[in-house]
Amino acid sequence: MRAVRSRNAMSPNARRLVSFLGILAFLVAVWEGYKWMGTATGGVWPGTGIALPVRTNERSMPHTWDVVFALLRPARRGGDMLLLVLLRAALFTWRSALIGFLLGSAVGFGLGVLFVRSALAERGLMPHVVASQTVPILAIAPILVVWAGRLNVTRWLVVAVVSAYLAFFPVAINTLRGLRSPDATASELMRSYAAAPNQVLWKLQVPAALPYLFPALKIAATASVIGAIVGELPASMPDGLGRAILNFAAAFSAAPEKLFASILVASLVGIGFVGIVVLAERTLIPPSRRLEDLSEPQVRGVGA
Amino acid sequence: MSALSLRGVGKVFNPGSDQEVRAVHGVDLAVERGEFISVIGPSGCGKSTLLRLIGDLTPPSAGTVSVNGKTPSRARLDRDYGMVFQSATLLEWRRVQANVELPLEIMGMDAAERSRQAAAMLELVQLDRFANHYPWQLSGGMQQRVAIARALAFNPSILLMDEPFGALDEMTRERMQSELLRIRAETGTTVVFVTHSIPEAVFLSTRVVIMSPRPGTITEVVDIDLPEPRSDATRQDQRFFDLLTGVREGLRAVEDP
Ligand SMILES: Nc1ncnc2c1ncn2[C@@H]1O[C@H](COP(=O)(O)OP(=O)(O)OP(=O)(O)O)[C@@H](O)[C@H]1O
Ligand SMILES: [Mg+2]
Repeated sequence: MRAVRSRNAMSPNARRLVSFLGILAFLVAVWEGYKWMGTATGGVWPGTGIALPVRTNERSMPHTWDVVFALLRPARRGGDMLLLVLLRAALFTWRSALIGFLLGSAVGFGLGVLFVRSALAERGLMPHVVASQTVPILAIAPILVVWAGRLNVTRWLVVAVVSAYLAFFPVAINTLRGLRSPDATASELMRSYAAAPNQVLWKLQVPAALPYLFPALKIAATASVIGAIVGELPASMPDGLGRAILNFAAAFSAAPEKLFASILVASLVGIGFVGIVVLAERTLIPPSRRLEDLSEPQVRGVGA
Repeated sequence: MSALSLRGVGKVFNPGSDQEVRAVHGVDLAVERGEFISVIGPSGCGKSTLLRLIGDLTPPSAGTVSVNGKTPSRARLDRDYGMVFQSATLLEWRRVQANVELPLEIMGMDAAERSRQAAAMLELVQLDRFANHYPWQLSGGMQQRVAIARALAFNPSILLMDEPFGALDEMTRERMQSELLRIRAETGTTVVFVTHSIPEAVFLSTRVVIMSPRPGTITEVVDIDLPEPRSDATRQDQRFFDLLTGVREGLRAVEDP
């Protein structure tokens, strides 16, 4: 009787956790399986002479458990645990990412509002906004660092700006889309009340845009972490994940598990950040109005 | 001074292009305060456009519209219009009460008065028990009643309704019609009402305006001299049937000339 309960009686959250862990276990199994196969065949596909694309020795692919164990051992002889070192770096990077996220989201939201208000601004600025995202962030970051260096701004703030550079774009695009989502009759209703443009914005357009905003904020959250990590490199910040990753990459052949460990921690930062946005979405947007992804066509006006 | 007066009103969309449409042409009409005017006619004959011209949602290409002696845009800024469309267009993130309060909020009424007024309007449409529901928790007919309450909340002098009951089933529709008459008796609002239904037009109106397409113009105005107050018994009245026939013939003349 007990066993029958499991599948259907699970709460959605529990089910999500189980599927997450299941996929994690699958990925670990693929990794270890590949490694085991390579060791068994001497680095070729079974039954052929064709070399495997990735070597399976400890230098290229450490065991998954070695990565976890590496986290628990001192980063360097007599020093703090690697996990602790990485978490400190992650917290440092996350501070820049958070500021960048907030800054980028505010700028993105502001641009969305500007564009919905002024077709001229949209026509003039939108191409630049799009172009800004095709320039590699690796090229932008050092420029910003040098410019800011003359202005005497603290460096982690510069990193935040690099992070904002990546974060603002999805927010701008989706804010604009959301602000435009109410149907024409709703706008005409506001017109019949002789509502001021600001009233239309805050009472109709912004509430209508909220469901569009959150999927963009999730993207912005991950983008801001990437922006912060990349931004730390030219800023030569010694304390963040960027430096840690660079160091462990240099020492990859000696201790590959440390680089993998820092990748793990970096992705946990991103996941945690997105998690916070999801929590905010759950508290602010009722289920009936949530959009699952960006490709969702339209928020329907009730009765429309 | 009449509540509404149209003189030589016309509307051409995309003038000069190959997509030019003469949606409304040479419309003259005077409506007295407290009248209930229905506009009926084949699809595409310019009923909605006429309503939008009156409500300052689109400017006329010819003629003059005057509402309470003012230009439509002055009347709109004075909040003379209440509007109800075929879709209720309630804001889904607002509860019923807050939806009715929306125009009052925009007009700067203070919170206590606003809430009192909205509650009174919900009572008028008999939805006071649903004040705290969200729009999606209501049926289509109930949503439309909320839209009517919202349109009446600020005491507009003229109510513009474009097929407000078009999406409702016949029984709900008749109930809504009776309710609309009761509400109008209580508020004395002038109404311009677009519909496709002959019985609806006859039952509700003091006059029925028949329009013809290409170009959209008024071909006939039928006086509806049914006794007041009207009730379900009115629908059985011989005079009611005679008027239905009159309007139907007027429409037939328009549809196949
Ligand atoms: N914004 C617009 N631009 C161009 N043409 C329009 C526009 N609005 C309406 N029309 C045209 O004007 C004519 C009248 O349209 P209107 O919507 O007023 O008709 P209607 O009588 O309300 O029809 P229905 O009964 O189907 O609602 C139609 O031929 C329509 O194509
Ligand atoms: Mg119409």
